[in-house]
Amino acid sequence: MTATAFRADPGIPGPGTFGSEPDDHAGIYRYDDLDRRFVAERVEQFSKQVTRRLAGELTEDEFKPLRLMNGLYLQLHAYMLRIAVPYGVLTTTQFRKLSEIGRKYDKGYGHFTTRQNLQFNWIKLEDTPAILGELAEVDMHALQTSGNCVRNVTTDQFVGASADEIVDGRVYAEILRQWTIAHPEFTYLPRKFKIAIMGSDSDRAAIRTHDVGVIAKRNEAGETGFTFYVGGGLGRSPFVGKLVREWVPEQDFAAYLEAILRVYNQYGRRDNIYKARIKILVHQLGIDKFKAEVEEEFARLPRPKFTLAPEIVEGIRARFASPGLERLPAESAEFERSKAENVEFARWSTVNLAAHKAPGYAIVSVSLKPAGGIPGDITSEQMDTLADLADRYSFGEIRVTHAQNLVLAHVRKDDLFDLWRQLDAIGLATANIGLIGDIIACPGLDYCALANARSIPLAQAISARFADPARQQAIGELGIKISGCINACGHHHVGHIGILGVDKRGEERYQITIGGDATLTTAIGDIIGPAVTEEAAVDAIDTMVEIYLANRTEGERFLDTIRRIGHGPFKESIYAAD
Amino acid sequence: MPLIEDGRPAEDSWTSVPDGEPVPGDIPAIISFERWQAERDSFAGRNTKLGVRLKGGTLAPAIAEDLDRFALVAVEFPKFRDGRGFSTARELRERYGYEGEIRAVGHVLPDQYLFLKRTGFTSVEAPEGTNLESWVNALSEVSVVYQPGLGKDDPNPLINRWLKSEAVQG
Amino acid sequence: MSFRAITGNRLRDGAVVFYNDEAGWVERLTGASLYEDKATAETKLASAKAEAEKERLAVDIYLFEVLVEDGKRVPVTIRERIRSLGPTVRTDLGKQAAA
Repeated sequence: MTATAFRADPGIPGPGTFGSEPDDHAGIYRYDDLDRRFVAERVEQFSKQVTRRLAGELTEDEFKPLRLMNGLYLQLHAYMLRIAVPYGVLTTTQFRKLSEIGRKYDKGYGHFTTRQNLQFNWIKLEDTPAILGELAEVDMHALQTSGNCVRNVTTDQFVGASADEIVDGRVYAEILRQWTIAHPEFTYLPRKFKIAIMGSDSDRAAIRTHDVGVIAKRNEAGETGFTFYVGGGLGRSPFVGKLVREWVPEQDFAAYLEAILRVYNQYGRRDNIYKARIKILVHQLGIDKFKAEVEEEFARLPRPKFTLAPEIVEGIRARFASPGLERLPAESAEFERSKAENVEFARWSTVNLAAHKAPGYAIVSVSLKPAGGIPGDITSEQMDTLADLADRYSFGEIRVTHAQNLVLAHVRKDDLFDLWRQLDAIGLATANIGLIGDIIACPGLDYCALANARSIPLAQAISARFADPARQQAIGELGIKISGCINACGHHHVGHIGILGVDKRGEERYQITIGGDATLTTAIGDIIGPAVTEEAAVDAIDTMVEIYLANRTEGERFLDTIRRIGHGPFKESIYAAD
Repeated sequence: MPLIEDGRPAEDSWTSVPDGEPVPGDIPAIISFERWQAERDSFAGRNTKLGVRLKGGTLAPAIAEDLDRFALVAVEFPKFRDGRGFSTARELRERYGYEGEIRAVGHVLPDQYLFLKRTGFTSVEAPEGTNLESWVNALSEVSVVYQPGLGKDDPNPLINRWLKSEAVQG
Repeated sequence: MSFRAITGNRLRDGAVVFYNDEAGWVERLTGASLYEDKATAETKLASAKAEAEKERLAVDIYLFEVLVEDGKRVPVTIRERIRSLGPTVRTDLGKQAAA
């Protein structure tokens, strides 16, 4: 079959449009010389800061925010380096570099986070300038993955590929990445600031749990615009993001964000770290007053300076090479035959695939949640093989999801069986995306200096209990999210079942919530009772699953059963013995 | 305390006058915003330049109506992590059109100098014991900016950049 | 018996270190100086902190409680046990791996 560039869909600009050139890697923003110079200068700058720190010219108090701006934390056992994966998209060249850094400077593995980034847990401060230098070679950095600044902008992991996409969020996420990087006014905010963008009607980016959540859409005239939510967030005081503006035209995209950030920078609380996020400001002012402040600021911004002209947007869009998708028949006989012959492959296909916008292609989710495994961890060996597979089957591109999994976004249906067999050979073919074994968990007390309890062992115990893939599939969509402290990196508030690790007089205990939801119908889970031991928590989940199975109607999801029958039956059965 | 201007150590022609002490009438003097509020009438006939110092929590609108009385506004950073001052300076310039000197005082780091400059500050009173060399180097460490500031990168670096790259491509 | 020990992370590489009155910062809890009384521990902490900042040796320095049972040193909190050994989910890594 001859390969024909797929150009029928205006959402997939073909090679040659907007001055772009063919590239081995799909969907990745290609740096230009200025981007490279910027990152190189920042590496040099950080290198000098490390020298000044080691020479005693900077105190730890002064150095800490500078290292945090470069993604370097001090954790329990060593420094942890959090590397930015802008909106979760990587080339295989970048992916291989991460694998190499893991081998050379860490202990042969990395950990993907709920912010689509990658963390290494065993980093030395004195190696950091060299690591950042190596990252810069492949157009990567660790800038603003920590600190009280605008963090990595996240988006839908299926961006540019999914059948339901309206606007390609990557372009606007990249605009924000550039706009907010080393922003002179907003690098010392009251607290960290997280933005997520979604370009379709289904929310795969947890928009309303972010400081600012943006939904990109089109109006009847075909123009692009944005709905802004503000003040969402989890942590100690969870809030669901509130609508600030239904329609911000494309040209005002950056200006409107600028207005929000300026109001926050001036009026956000700085007296109490627990009340410093924008959600508290929005809550204390009230959304109407907050909105009025933002609109006032927005109205008087010197507009020409902040206008996002169409040529800027097109310029950025042009730097995303498009995959050379072939024109294929919608159905693949080979794929259907393999499914009929192999029940495990068929299950994986049902659970781990999503619809691609182009006929004959599928989006593959690669689960990093093997039964009994550490959620989000991947070895350098696995990374190398996965990079080879992505080169062969998915245009040299790999994505990271906020659920700590990976995605190969453009795989021909004809190739799925081959891909699955090779994924299976390296332990990456677990069929559990969106199921009970696909647990989101923060690193917890095994690694994190802020944690009160361990998260990973509980995740391991639960996924081992529900290891049977057929049982998982029978239970259906059920998201468990675990955080080892109230900072909620594991997003426990919005888990269908959420678990928060607490310290009860020196013992680890786990507080269970139910009914949380991270999609546009965002809901904060309800605490079902006193915190329990790890073992009891696993049993409690088993019990809740049984109650759900006994009560669900045909095709009803766990979350919908909870909403229909209420939380009572679940609470009662778990605490009945007390 | 050493004064930095345009990336170089500079002579300070201003005197900071603590509250309660007499304000000299013949040399440029900086008084606190609180003193200005309490004693503004006493400065009515003053012919020499006057400057005002804003505490960290005092934002630009507080001084907006009196800006024509001041040749200098000093914006205090209580702690280098407290970034309100960046917005204060920017508001003074962009919203109120202030053209006098804006000086950063308090706890600021050389690593913030570029940001100070790009938000409209003209001078910095560096903390005592600071390494002047780090301040001198700070402006040249990073030469690429991505968003509009108040420096020479106006009006909008993104626009300049894409227009430029188009020109290169012909 | 309950004692106090001083710990921190080495500035250069972040490794968990413990303070010994004679040898300075050491990598193993077995090498740490133990203090019986609180006042002595606080005094030692203050001087260890000052020295560590001046010489840029260690950061995030604090006291923690250690029990000595049958001659074995066991930190009271889970956090300090994990710090002195390594992650419980990767027993092949950290201080426990080399032990």
